[in-house]
Amino acid sequence: MFLRAFGLILIALLFSGAAVAQTPTTLTVIAHDSFNYSEEVMAAFTEETGIAVEVLRLGDAGSLVNQAILSRENPLGDVLYGVDNTFLSRALEEDLFTPYQSPALADVPEAFQLDPEFRVTPVDYGDVCLNYDAAYFAANDLPLPESLADLTDPAYRGLLAVQNPATSSPGLAFLMATIAVFGEDGDTTYLDYWAELVANDVYISQDWTDTYYGQFSGSAGSEGDRPLIVSYASSPPAEIFFADPQPETAPTGAIVTDDTCFRQIEFAGILAGTQNQAAAEQFMDFLLSVEFQEDMPLQMFVFPVNTNAALPDVFTDYAQIPENPIILDPEVIDAHRESWIQAWTEAVLR
Amino acid sequence: MLSVQAITKHYGKPVLRRVSLEVSEGEIVCILGPSGCGKSTLLRIIAGLERADDGEILIEGVSMEGVPVHERGFGFMFQDFALFPHMNVSDNVRYGLRMRHLPKVQQEHLVEDALRLVGMRGFERRDVTSLSGGEKQRVALARSLAPTPRLLMLDEPLGSLDASLRWEVLKELKRILKESGVTTLYVTHDQSEAFSIGDRIAVMNAGRFEAIDAPLALYRSPQTVFTAQFLGLHNVLTSSDYTNIPDDLPALDADYILIHPDGIQLDPKGDITGRIRENNVWEGHYGSIIVTLTPEISLRVNMGRPTLLGVDDTVRLTIDPAYVVPLSP
Amino acid sequence: MDRSGTPLNMVRANNHRFAGRRAAGILLAALPILFLAVFFFYPLLSILQISLIPDGTLDLSGFAELITSDYYRRVFFFTVQQAVLSTVITLAMALPAAFVFARFEFPGKSLLLSLATLPFVLPTVVVAAAFGALIGEHGVINSVIVSLFGLSDVPIQLEGTVAIILIAHAFYNYSVALRIIGSYWATLSPRMDEAARVLGAHGWRLWWTIRLPALRPAILAAAALVFIFTFTSFGVVLILGGIRFATLEVEIFNQARNLFNLNMAAALSLVQIGFMFIVMLIYTRLSRAATADIQAARAVARKPRTKGENALVVITVGVMMVFQFAPLLALIWRSFTVGDQGFTTRYYSALSTNPRGSVLFAPPLEAIGNSVSIALITTVLAVVLGMLTAYLLARRDSWAARALDAVFMLPLATSAVTLGFGFIIALDEPPLNLRASPLMIPLAHTLVALPFVVRSILPGLRSISPNIRGAAAVMGASPFTVWRTIDLPLISRGVIVGAVFAFTISMGEFGASLFIARPDTPTIPVVIFRLLGQPGAGNYGQALAMSVILMGVCAISFITIERLRKLGMGEF
Repeated sequence: MFLRAFGLILIALLFSGAAVAQTPTTLTVIAHDSFNYSEEVMAAFTEETGIAVEVLRLGDAGSLVNQAILSRENPLGDVLYGVDNTFLSRALEEDLFTPYQSPALADVPEAFQLDPEFRVTPVDYGDVCLNYDAAYFAANDLPLPESLADLTDPAYRGLLAVQNPATSSPGLAFLMATIAVFGEDGDTTYLDYWAELVANDVYISQDWTDTYYGQFSGSAGSEGDRPLIVSYASSPPAEIFFADPQPETAPTGAIVTDDTCFRQIEFAGILAGTQNQAAAEQFMDFLLSVEFQEDMPLQMFVFPVNTNAALPDVFTDYAQIPENPIILDPEVIDAHRESWIQAWTEAVLR
Repeated sequence: MLSVQAITKHYGKPVLRRVSLEVSEGEIVCILGPSGCGKSTLLRIIAGLERADDGEILIEGVSMEGVPVHERGFGFMFQDFALFPHMNVSDNVRYGLRMRHLPKVQQEHLVEDALRLVGMRGFERRDVTSLSGGEKQRVALARSLAPTPRLLMLDEPLGSLDASLRWEVLKELKRILKESGVTTLYVTHDQSEAFSIGDRIAVMNAGRFEAIDAPLALYRSPQTVFTAQFLGLHNVLTSSDYTNIPDDLPALDADYILIHPDGIQLDPKGDITGRIRENNVWEGHYGSIIVTLTPEISLRVNMGRPTLLGVDDTVRLTIDPAYVVPLSP
Repeated sequence: MDRSGTPLNMVRANNHRFAGRRAAGILLAALPILFLAVFFFYPLLSILQISLIPDGTLDLSGFAELITSDYYRRVFFFTVQQAVLSTVITLAMALPAAFVFARFEFPGKSLLLSLATLPFVLPTVVVAAAFGALIGEHGVINSVIVSLFGLSDVPIQLEGTVAIILIAHAFYNYSVALRIIGSYWATLSPRMDEAARVLGAHGWRLWWTIRLPALRPAILAAAALVFIFTFTSFGVVLILGGIRFATLEVEIFNQARNLFNLNMAAALSLVQIGFMFIVMLIYTRLSRAATADIQAARAVARKPRTKGENALVVITVGVMMVFQFAPLLALIWRSFTVGDQGFTTRYYSALSTNPRGSVLFAPPLEAIGNSVSIALITTVLAVVLGMLTAYLLARRDSWAARALDAVFMLPLATSAVTLGFGFIIALDEPPLNLRASPLMIPLAHTLVALPFVVRSILPGLRSISPNIRGAAAVMGASPFTVWRTIDLPLISRGVIVGAVFAFTISMGEFGASLFIARPDTPTIPVVIFRLLGQPGAGNYGQALAMSVILMGVCAISFITIERLRKLGMGEF
């Protein structure tokens, strides 16, 4: 009796799962777990266009791209949001997207438009920069490091925490920054630089969360004792934004001097094989619209690519944008990612 | 009432070979045999706990083929009692009554009756795990009797009791079975149990019945060599040895002959001379001796009272021809 | 006696029904196999096929690298070594406690037992924070020692050591061992102990000659689970062990997620699965010859009488307090004191506000609702399938049954990323278009929980004598009634333990969900991870507050499940 009832329920559940069919006006967006926006802005989009947006989340940026590639024959959605320049070339090589040139790209600087074929459209960017504990540097009367090379100075011994590039996206960004600055050949390669960092007692932690909350001394919430870490240029305004009450002076800051930050640009693209091309195009335009672009900074702590979008106060007051961040060609990144990480792992961890 | 017809069972090798048995209403039949002879398997097949490869079980003429164990309405008492460890005494006894959906009040009465029958009133709330072996045995018996089964099967019910308890319990059990009037199959490897409780005894060996008869008839005339030996009747002679006994014994056309130990007397005028090899005294007041006649022939003689003769003394014997029985191999 | 009850009319069955019942039995037995085939083997084989046979030809370059590389050999040996050590330490800690819980009655016992499962649900990041607050460089214990003895150096420095990996593994798995061994122990007759004492066994001889052999099935079951769990450890090794340690699981994640080197990931996955399969085969062989005296299925626990017994209870409770509950208390304390404002409940109240109007916002009640619903579906699925599996495995003993037993453990030995990628490519077409179904997460959780449920039920099930079932059947109980009135009460402890594990695993699980496409159903762990992914004291404080809520919800659930069991036992 009980078992029969259970069987019926199970079958019903299975079929209800299978029956999540898509109505024509629903657009499915696959995205990484951090994709966030305000309900209000999305509601306005739906009202205006009649397109309801359903978001499927597939883990972090890396697993999002991998799963999109694996499901290429039978895509999970119509639009993908969240591939960044470190994974871009892998996604482009696999022909995941159909090209679409949004008219809104007119307001986006060319420097962000990394794909000349418009298969992907830049939506936002962020810079991986060193963050520091302002109180520590003030109390110890220590000048802030101004370049990556400064970090090997004994004055900063035991102060720095970074992430493992094999498991963390800012960790990989920082590794690529060192590669761009020190190069792979010559007298001092990036690996030599890393050897010096290790000699200077760098702490390598697993992911951003552990670095920021476990190792950093600057954040009001953190448990650590390292005043210098790899984080984002947007972390200091976030630190202020999420403090209650808001402090008078910023407890942390980002170092944005030339050739210390690595720029990550996030893209969206229409997945090849979509049945909702027109709706997908409207959604792409929406991502670049001033409404959405101005909504992003406080939702995801990234910067808008649309030059017409105004930044919120907490960003204009506390965020610094590096003038000359390091940008690597996505194809170079994808071609070397594995060998760089392996070389790094060999040199630093063993 | 019960008819077992040519039951055959293999577990790799044959365990039961075309076994047949008829049991009438109210009868107690003991299945007696050494361990591993197939008697428990037969019981489990009758109960429906196992399926026969071939043959049929009939109850009052109706085949049990396809009738699942729980619809046969039998009672079964396992050697390890198989009491339900998560229930107390009265819930154990009540179990079969609940399965018949009897009214609560009637259940209470029948549990009470069954526990009274086995002398376990007052133990109702006791945890079965806290009972002694004898108490468990009584509860198991009450549990199998309470639903008034058409057929009660007891598988070595005294097997796990120590010897001192056995006789007491055995007498009790006989009284209870007679009082309830239930048709019973009683499996044991112990001949004294079988003889004291069975209306008939079916001796089983290697998957076959060797002999089925009333206890006394079986004792007097065990029919086969195996039965005679299993019953402790050791004076089994081959026909050639038998003819060598110098006495006026009847000529028998059989391969084996039993000279029943009860039919031999010490008699100073007897024609047979022999020498005492052993003199055994049982419980101080009866005994048996073993007398060697020729190097090949020794006979056991049961004695009403112990003899004072010693080992190696020479004695004379007479044999009562009525106690000379032919046996099949 | 009344003979009117003789059911002559019952003798009217036929072969038809017999065959029908057989078919139903086979169908029930096939259900767990079908489940495993569809939701485990089909996705696994699909991803292995794509990875190892990318263009129609077999590519074994990953294996070639595995065999020749020094690095992978070291990873493999480290994985085995830490798993063995973790298992031994966990069992050594849990055994005396299991004895105390099985044999003695003391105030707060069932509460303590319920709460002991809490560490199991906490996300690694949160546990790391709790450990940090307790034994980190600036943690409570170090601060106390430093100030007491005026030391200049911190005495306990465990960060980034193997020791802290082992401690954390023991912390996580203590309750697994305690529950499985304790529930089995409670069904063993204390008479055996008493008999052994009469014969002169005492002290360690009593343990060595009587208790440990009697407990063998449960100890082996617990050891197998702890071994698998620590063998495939991911978060603990990554976050607490720091960067120098890598297990096979970490390498698989790295190859599949970061490098998208599916060939290498598949090779590593197969090594991991293959090794675990061999270990499980050995385990099932060892646990086969286990019979037990399960006569005393209830009420064998009593109040401690002697001084020694009292001390034993006190020490056990004390160890649990320090080892299990101190990190949790540290966590609760931190959730009220993060930031510079002293003691505050602001992080709890902030959980219910959505100042940015974010779509990702989930108020605590919604997150709790999602978590509990998923956990309940998981529990029902895992318990029903687990019970059927346990019967399938308990029934016959052959090499096939033992292999099947090991097979049912395999989902635990399979990396979440491998399986998640498998789901994406395998379950993409009707009738199995489940990739984006809300059922996918409970199904994935069920795969992980199933081995726990099976292991929890199997030892008890195997020790039910067939005669007990036979006795019930002869007295008129149909197979289902036998199961309901005999089996179920006798295995209820194991079932409850399994249910608690299934519920717990689902409540705290996050890793597997990471690789499953899912619509927005924010569970408690998801909310915690989202909060931890953003900078600022507010986020961190809210994450800790949410972790405390997770603990609270689980604690209430465990206590409820325990209550339900007691009610259920009373009925029959």
